[in-house]
Amino acid sequence: MATQHSRSAARIMMAPAVILLLGWMLIPLTMTLVFSFKRYLPLRGGDLGWTGFDNYVRFVSSSAFWPSVQTTLIIVGGVLIITIFFGVLLSMLLDQPMWGQGIVRILVIAPFFVMPTVSALVWKNMFMDPVNGLFAHLWKAFGAQPIEWLSDLSLFSIILIVSWQWLPFATLILLTAIQSLDSEQLEAAEMDGAPPLSRFAFIVLPHLSRAITIVVLIQTIFLLAIFAEIFVTTSGAFGTRTLTYLIFQRVLESQNVGLGSAGGVYAIILANIVAIFLMRIVGKNLDT
Amino acid sequence: MARSVTTRRKTINTAVAWAIGFLIFFPILWTILTSFKTEAQAINDPPLFLFFDWTLENYAVVQERSDYMRFLWNSVIIAGGSTVLGLMIAIPAAWSMAFVPSKRTKDILMWMLSTKMLPAVGVLYPIYLLFIQLGLLDTRTGLTIVMMLINLPIIVWMLYTYFKEIPGEILEAARMDGASLKEEILYILTPMAIPGIASTMLLNFILAWNEAFWTLNLTAAKAAPLTAFIASYSSPEGLFYAKLSAASTMAIAPILILGWFSQKQLVRGLTFGAVK
Amino acid sequence: MYLKNALRAVTALTLITTTSAFAETITIATVNNGDMIRMQGLTEDFTAKTGHTVEWVTLEENVLRQRVTQDIAAKGGQFDVLTIGMYETPIWAANEWLVSLDDLPAEYDKDDILPAMRAGLSHSGSLYAAPFYGESSMIMYRTDLLEKAGVTIPDAPTWGDVEAAAKAMTDKDNEVYGICLRGKAGWGENMAFITTVANSFGARWFDENWKPQLDTPEWKEAVSFYNNLLNSYGPPGASTNGFNENLALFQQGKCGMWIDATVAASFVTNPNDSTVADKVGFALAPNKEGVDKRSNWLWAWALAIPAGTQKEAAAKQFIEWATSKEYIELVASKEGWANVPPGARTSLYENPEYQKVPFAKMTLESINAANPDSPTVKPVPYVGIQYVAIPEWAGIGTAAGQEFSAMVAGQQTVDEALAKAQANTAEEMEAAGY
Repeated sequence: MATQHSRSAARIMMAPAVILLLGWMLIPLTMTLVFSFKRYLPLRGGDLGWTGFDNYVRFVSSSAFWPSVQTTLIIVGGVLIITIFFGVLLSMLLDQPMWGQGIVRILVIAPFFVMPTVSALVWKNMFMDPVNGLFAHLWKAFGAQPIEWLSDLSLFSIILIVSWQWLPFATLILLTAIQSLDSEQLEAAEMDGAPPLSRFAFIVLPHLSRAITIVVLIQTIFLLAIFAEIFVTTSGAFGTRTLTYLIFQRVLESQNVGLGSAGGVYAIILANIVAIFLMRIVGKNLDT
Repeated sequence: MARSVTTRRKTINTAVAWAIGFLIFFPILWTILTSFKTEAQAINDPPLFLFFDWTLENYAVVQERSDYMRFLWNSVIIAGGSTVLGLMIAIPAAWSMAFVPSKRTKDILMWMLSTKMLPAVGVLYPIYLLFIQLGLLDTRTGLTIVMMLINLPIIVWMLYTYFKEIPGEILEAARMDGASLKEEILYILTPMAIPGIASTMLLNFILAWNEAFWTLNLTAAKAAPLTAFIASYSSPEGLFYAKLSAASTMAIAPILILGWFSQKQLVRGLTFGAVK
Repeated sequence: MYLKNALRAVTALTLITTTSAFAETITIATVNNGDMIRMQGLTEDFTAKTGHTVEWVTLEENVLRQRVTQDIAAKGGQFDVLTIGMYETPIWAANEWLVSLDDLPAEYDKDDILPAMRAGLSHSGSLYAAPFYGESSMIMYRTDLLEKAGVTIPDAPTWGDVEAAAKAMTDKDNEVYGICLRGKAGWGENMAFITTVANSFGARWFDENWKPQLDTPEWKEAVSFYNNLLNSYGPPGASTNGFNENLALFQQGKCGMWIDATVAASFVTNPNDSTVADKVGFALAPNKEGVDKRSNWLWAWALAIPAGTQKEAAAKQFIEWATSKEYIELVASKEGWANVPPGARTSLYENPEYQKVPFAKMTLESINAANPDSPTVKPVPYVGIQYVAIPEWAGIGTAAGQEFSAMVAGQQTVDEALAKAQANTAEEMEAAGY
């Protein structure tokens, strides 16, 4: 039973983390909120006074807004589906007895160590380039017309690049979960003559649900913020402009800090809707 | 009890797993190979795999143009510093959340995570102005603090889930024996928590090392880490695949090697409470 | 041995103390183009002459623009010398963000800077950035392919000539594409080129009342022509090709023609990098028959000093060094005349050594053919040929560039792209309060 003493000690121990994060959240957030109600154009002299909700109206009524929300959700959703689907398969495979398991595991987790800028550059130039890329060489070797990945399949290409980076993370978490699965339970089911698919559906998958939720939560946080992959590959062209990227264009390319800040506020709202939704599920799954 | 498997099944497993592992690793391998080619060989059709004249020229060119060690050192300091600082702040917080939970613990945890949802591009301008005021632009201190703050929620959460798995009875027993709070943390909790802490440390180091938005936007010359180093090779004039590959290899090699050596630790603790 | 080392240490020490009174370390932000990389390699000469040391921040063009604009707009003071273009200079100078360079010493010979460059880098009569190199655009073509195809390109061709030559040279089975053009989205990428095409078809971005004009027939004709040319005779993936991608293609011998910056001439004729170095010819950028404007653009990468830097004197010394006649001679002595930074100084083009360089004459003619004060057939309220010198242009141009890029990729029609670009431009102009 926790005593009064240990409660106050606990509070003191938590204080630095809470205070720091509160500051990190509130200070920029307040400044962003202030900017978002201003006409703030650094190239035209900076702060040009209050404008009420103009920036908010303008940001949403811009023809780029809804497509960017849609793009954001497609990228996040696409990456989640791919990494979890292949993550489950891969972790089940890695759980099987084999020779050189350690080396395979090293190979599989390697992409996680590559910085996003580098992976975007490598994929864009050395694989997806329609003339000199490796895929183009491969396609030509089979007599096919090389695919123009980043323009014709732009969203898919970005999802592919990001999935490659995050598949190791999903696989690792799912692998630790699978390893904790009671193998006797599986064997018993096998003895009873349950086919592999239903063994997977009724024993493995429920066991993994918790791990999957966690993968979804953590990856979503990171995926909502992806930037380098888009900046390097398409710069937002060909329908790959996410909400984050749209804000970047407003703040840094157009140098309209007010408008961009309003966009930032919308992004925070969107992120929190996603977060609440996720935390409901996670919260349920995390209760022990 | 080990499951008995036929050799045949094991062979198939091995073949499939190695093939997939190779496929996933291939982009990195290809980058490393290309870094040893000349620019003309790098775009040769058909592609050259192993049989070309291996050269170190690209590395020499990259090193001559930019002082790699300086970028590397900045990366090490920033990633390392933010990790140590983050752990110092996160361990007590996670400890108290795990062992003295209150009704609001879960809410606080979720709130912490939600601070990570603040879009960086949206707050760049405020942070930039703030950094000017505080004189933190282009300093390793400033960047270390930012890296620590953006990763703190993940660290706290990871440690919290790990600490929670440590059975409370052991602590109870220690307390009965008259152990103080300090002793409890130092002699009982810490040894049990080391795998989790090690794994958290590694994950945080990797995340800080690879972060490319703040590190690029808040630095100029003095504190620029490897993410800035790469930005000067991204699309220069003329053929550049080989030089880009060399620069890329230099940027990812340290973390790749660290990751490989410590992958056991990383894997062991990377559960985020996924296992129950 | 020991004595010798000690002596050396003492001399080194005295050297440090004598220079340290003036020696400063300046931070310079620059772009990762070949000429700047070369300048970086020659820093020692500057240090030897002035005692100042230099910290380089070399970034890819888009990253550089973003970093430098962010820093100067927020007054971050991270850099002592900035590498900026003709677009930024007058806007930033008007905001009093740059230090005037009028007081450079007489031996720097400011009057030697090409008039077009000086005009583009000045604001109300004062010079605010010194051109490191300047460029226009021109046609670079493969003499051997042209001969094989049995066509010619005159020195001052029309778009009709260009299309005919592109058609004749295209041989897709052998990966030879008649023409390579910019398709990659960005105001400094495809929009630079498309805007010059539009100029040469008689179009303009805005009328005298700042009304966007992308819904006019001239724009439609220009963009349709560009789209058709690139899709019929261009390389695959043209919608993601910018300057660097096209340069690589041309150097590999995959382009019959390439219309782009005049500085590319020294790269495509350099036998170390280019497989077609001895087979390149040059011609003026084309125009449409009967239109009195050629599609030449004008651009300079220039060095400027942000107002408020603590090291203004040292920064000026650097600019003086890097854009001087002596610097050009230094590069010539080390790398040959073909590799000196072009397009900045009149004296360079009067130098008999430089006149032997095959692309020198056409570069100068192209630069002289461009006039940023009168870029279009019809009158306009702005300056700038391939850009519009207003703060909103970067945003407008990039958004429009993305629409045209998607058009080249076949994802939308010419009409759709123009309509979207027009709508977005009107939106942004309204937001800016025009």
